[in-house]
Amino acid sequence: MAELVDLQNKFLRDELGEYVEEEAERQRMVDLYAETKLSMQNIAAAIIDGRHHDVDRLTREAIDDDVQALEVMDDGLIAGMALVGIKFRDNFIFVPEVLACARAMKAGMAHIEPILSASGIDPIGKVIMGTVKGDLHDIGKNLCIMMLRGAGFKVVDLGVDTSPDDFLEAVEEHGANLVGMSALLTTTMPNMGRTIEAFIDADLRDDVKVMVGGAPVTPEFADDMGADAYGADAVECVEIAKRLTEESASAHQ
Amino acid sequence: MSKFLDRVKGGELLVSDGATGTYLQEHGLPPGGCPEEFNWSHPNVVQGMAAEYFAAGSDLVLTNSFGGSRYRLKEYGLGDRVVELNRLAADHARTVAPVEGFVLGSIGPTGVLLEPNGPATEEEMFSAFCEQVKGLSEGGVDGFCIETMFDLAEMNLAIRAVKDRTSLPVVATMVFDKGPKGYFTMMGLRPGRVAEELAGVGADVIGSNCGLAIGHMVEIVTAMRAASVLPILTHVNAGIPEIKKTAIVYPDSPEFMAEEMVNIIEAGANIVGGCCGTSPEYIRAFARRYKS
Repeated sequence: MAELVDLQNKFLRDELGEYVEEEAERQRMVDLYAETKLSMQNIAAAIIDGRHHDVDRLTREAIDDDVQALEVMDDGLIAGMALVGIKFRDNFIFVPEVLACARAMKAGMAHIEPILSASGIDPIGKVIMGTVKGDLHDIGKNLCIMMLRGAGFKVVDLGVDTSPDDFLEAVEEHGANLVGMSALLTTTMPNMGRTIEAFIDADLRDDVKVMVGGAPVTPEFADDMGADAYGADAVECVEIAKRLTEESASAHQ
Repeated sequence: MSKFLDRVKGGELLVSDGATGTYLQEHGLPPGGCPEEFNWSHPNVVQGMAAEYFAAGSDLVLTNSFGGSRYRLKEYGLGDRVVELNRLAADHARTVAPVEGFVLGSIGPTGVLLEPNGPATEEEMFSAFCEQVKGLSEGGVDGFCIETMFDLAEMNLAIRAVKDRTSLPVVATMVFDKGPKGYFTMMGLRPGRVAEELAGVGADVIGSNCGLAIGHMVEIVTAMRAASVLPILTHVNAGIPEIKKTAIVYPDSPEFMAEEMVNIIEAGANIVGGCCGTSPEYIRAFARRYKS
């Protein structure tokens, strides 16, 4: 078990000391970073601090130094976002700061993605995202997409006012295993349920996991309409997408 | 000073109106339809709504122009009709307003984030608000209510547009969420900080609307009152919507909200009204309890 003082990167030490309040969680985060190289800790720190130029440079340097792309992604970029998620959940940072971190993440992924796809490594999952039919609100959905892409998902954005057929076609065309639906209005929220019914009618429901979110949506609504998961915000969206992807992978083994 | 501000600052409690969207949906607006288009296609419904609220006891009503910026209207192919639809919105409410009734031009969020968080530039968004303000003031509003804002930067642009293009008073209300460390806007500002900032950019009345049930709104009013001497407006949802079979129901009744509203008033609110899920029935209950 590593200790906080063992972390080589001072910024990470300070951040964990200040922002991770629960002891078990702090220990988990210390262990996460302690097992990584200093160069990876530096990338994680730059992500957490939203310094996208530094992430860009540090990621390129790591690749040039022959660190594996997957290692840079997991130990640098994703490890950095883990603390960003905790700070957001606990009200230490808010949407503007998370977006700055997501931009930093994107700067790093720009170096990682081509290497991964050239070596035939699939993205961790393919997600179809859209605001449901009749609804034109997309701020929340777009935040989710930025975070998902940052986390290494391939995301197909269907935009706003998306019909059940559009969702169905996109899933088939892209072979996606995950669908995310958003709605801001109570009046358009039932269209989430209708989209899920369309998947059932097309005999595709078992092929995809469905996650939903948006201001009026609650876990109860999500359950009632037959979704697999509800996410309260963009950070939760990524956690759920990872969990659902793992579930569907193990179900198909 | 405007008659509207005179009344508010004279210490009188004013009752505002209730939900617009809820009302329009009950009168033919399809789910996901454009509410502002009704100003042109269904003038009787929009006028009837304002008339019902005034008859129920509203001292002021908001115009049917919440989504009347070009950012939102262009999603319906109406981006070139901003001035017209906003002018009609104001005109409809004005037409049915009693002599002593006030009409405030409603301005909601554009739905687009400002740089660097999103694609909109400040100049572009400011000009969009100016366009909406122009239509509403041509239609004869007594002031403006910029509402449901979550980004102070966007709110500031809307307030600036009103101040730049008119000499009318402006009510500025933001939406808060409850997190583990208290109440914050989506961008991370606490109610007290928002109150100070809004006063700093020239809001005449400050407040909050939407998002939370009435018990939470009391705490937001308390925090804003501690930070500012400006009049406070609070528009409260009829609770958090619940699902009942296929229908979506707002749980808080007119009587319950009228009773609870005393806490909002004691916390320092000067204008009270309803947001999502409320109707003329709620306003009647508020007026019966607080205006007689």
